Amino acid sequence: MSLNAYLTLAALVFAIGLFGVLTRRNAIGILLGIELMLNAVNINLVAFARFHGDLRGLVFTLFTIAITVAEVAVGLAIVIVIFRVRRTVEADRLDLLRG
Amino acid sequence: MPTAVPHGVGLDPAATNMALLVVLLPFVAFVLLAVVAPLRRRGQAAGAVSIAAIAVAFLAALFSWFVWKGDAHVQTWAWIPADEGPTATVGVLLDPLSNAMLVLVTLVSLLVQIYSLAYLRDERAPSLGRYYTYQSLFAFSMLGLVLSPSFIQMFVFWELVGLCSYLLIGYWYERPSAARAAVKAFWITKLGDLGFVIGIVMLWTATGTFEFHALFALAQEHALAIEGLGTIMLLIYLGAVGKSAQFPLHVWLPDAMEGPAPVSALIHAATMVTAGVFMVTRAQPLFVLVPDVLVLMGWVGAFTALLAATLACVESDIKRVLAYSTVSQLGYMMAAVGAGAPDAGFLHLLTHGLFKALLFLGAGAVIHAVGTNDIFRMGGLFRTMPQTGVVFIVGTLALAGLPPLAGFFSKEAVLAGVWDSGMTWPFLMLALSVLLTAFYMFRVVFLTFFGRVPATGHPHEPSWTMRGPLWVLATLTVLVGIRLAAGSLRGRHGPGWLAPLSVAAALGGIALAWAMYQRGAVDPGRLAATFPLSVIDALARRRYGIDGLYAGLYRGFILAFSRLIGWIDRYLVDGVLNFVSALTLRGGDLLRRIQSGYAQDYVYGVAFGVLLLLVWAQWWAR
Repeated sequence: MSLNAYLTLAALVFAIGLFGVLTRRNAIGILLGIELMLNAVNINLVAFARFHGDLRGLVFTLFTIAITVAEVAVGLAIVIVIFRVRRTVEADRLDLLRG
Repeated sequence: MPTAVPHGVGLDPAATNMALLVVLLPFVAFVLLAVVAPLRRRGQAAGAVSIAAIAVAFLAALFSWFVWKGDAHVQTWAWIPADEGPTATVGVLLDPLSNAMLVLVTLVSLLVQIYSLAYLRDERAPSLGRYYTYQSLFAFSMLGLVLSPSFIQMFVFWELVGLCSYLLIGYWYERPSAARAAVKAFWITKLGDLGFVIGIVMLWTATGTFEFHALFALAQEHALAIEGLGTIMLLIYLGAVGKSAQFPLHVWLPDAMEGPAPVSALIHAATMVTAGVFMVTRAQPLFVLVPDVLVLMGWVGAFTALLAATLACVESDIKRVLAYSTVSQLGYMMAAVGAGAPDAGFLHLLTHGLFKALLFLGAGAVIHAVGTNDIFRMGGLFRTMPQTGVVFIVGTLALAGLPPLAGFFSKEAVLAGVWDSGMTWPFLMLALSVLLTAFYMFRVVFLTFFGRVPATGHPHEPSWTMRGPLWVLATLTVLVGIRLAAGSLRGRHGPGWLAPLSVAAALGGIALAWAMYQRGAVDPGRLAATFPLSVIDALARRRYGIDGLYAGLYRGFILAFSRLIGWIDRYLVDGVLNFVSALTLRGGDLLRRIQSGYAQDYVYGVAFGVLLLLVWAQWWAR
């Protein structure tokens, strides 16, 4: 399989993730979309590391995974707090910053 | 550094230093009162400081009068230095003219300030302190004006006395009428001052000097044949017209009576209003070069004298009668200067300063006692206030021009001067004014002190603080008259029939007033209704429409102009600003909607932006 196939897969996963972030009403769904986008980036990093024979891509991937975990932990915690306060996690109802 | 001594003038440091002392003492008092606020707020203490300063200044002036009466001394210092001699100088010029004025100004200032202690006793202490601060500033300014050796210094002090006049007319500034009168006095005299300053500057452009002595020397050498000297002197004369309340700029003086009576006595009778006469007397060597301006001065003076006399006949406010009388007497002085008899005009200035201050202070005592200015609501005051009555009658007789009081000789000198110059019509106007003067003054005397209507309130003789100055002035009026009768100071002798004529005119006026207001033999209303008098009466009661004309001009021009400026400010200047601010507001309101508050919308925006960047990078950036 060529590098292009991996990149295409990563682009697709990224697009799906972006679509999820933009269209999901549920805050959990938005978080899932973000996860997909991050993992699309991971695919890219791994693919380039494999085809260019450069281990630095793998190292970056490990960092990204670790940070992703932290991000999900913080994100879910925020979502739970929002739920406790507003009794909802619908993104449409969260517009406190409206100008 | 003293500059070169002008040609033909002595320089005695003792004389000029004495004059400097006279002028600087009130200035020190003024600075003290203006800067040391606690002293000023003490009121009576501030008065004591001011009176002490002017008292010493008076003694110094008196000393200077006795020692240096006959000679002229001048000392100047460079004010605006330049390569070829200073452009302008300050200094003192002590000659018989300014010496006499020094004595008059300090004397009347001193008496008025003492009198004010009692007259303004009921004022709040800070207000009284403010009053004495202004009084000291006025004394300084007037003395500085009198001692000016140059036109430019005279102009500076000229404006300062105008400022003091404004401040003191508006002393009771809570009264709208007083505030209005102050502004009116300021603006109308400013109209004349405009001419004055333009004239001075034009004269300077032509000759390169402001100094009186340099200018007089030029005049003597016939080196002043400048193009347009007539215009220059006319403009300078205009300053005197405004300051000395000559027709048609006389309208401010009656209104100036809104100030306290002592202020009227000092500023609007004895000193400041005579500054115009003083100035034309001082600049006489220049005015004689332009006979046309002198003739105009004579005519305007005589006409002012007659016009103001008729106005005084229909006025019922005691102070306004005196104000019109002052305008009338200033007309006499100007007519004398115009007729080429400045010594007569100046003599009348000095005697008039004494007895008119006396009359104003007497009127102040009456007003203080009865609490009204209306002569028809006073009456029989001679019984309750005999001393005030006596001094007031002395002043009135002097003003009417009866011998042997001071006014007789000076007025006769003025009439003789005008007759000698061959100005028949001005002479007739002035002679008629003699009759009217006696009439309107005795109208006041009969109505106030002898009338049958009992006065309102509980009239009583004023305290000695007020009576003292009255007696001093009355005594001086008599003494100066006797001194003049002795003959040594009598400058001019008219034709033999002049003295009997003027006395007869004065007696006729007194008899008429007696018949109308004391005896009741002639009904004033009926007399005023007969044909030629009825027209004058109707016109005089409307003040010949001159006040109305000024008010109309003011409304017509100045208010219309203000409205125009107001419209431009409101709609053009403000319009641009309002448009810009409205644009910002509206733009902000529109842009506000972008901030929906939904995080997803922002992400959408970012994604769309990145996409656009990508497309741009792909197709256009190459």
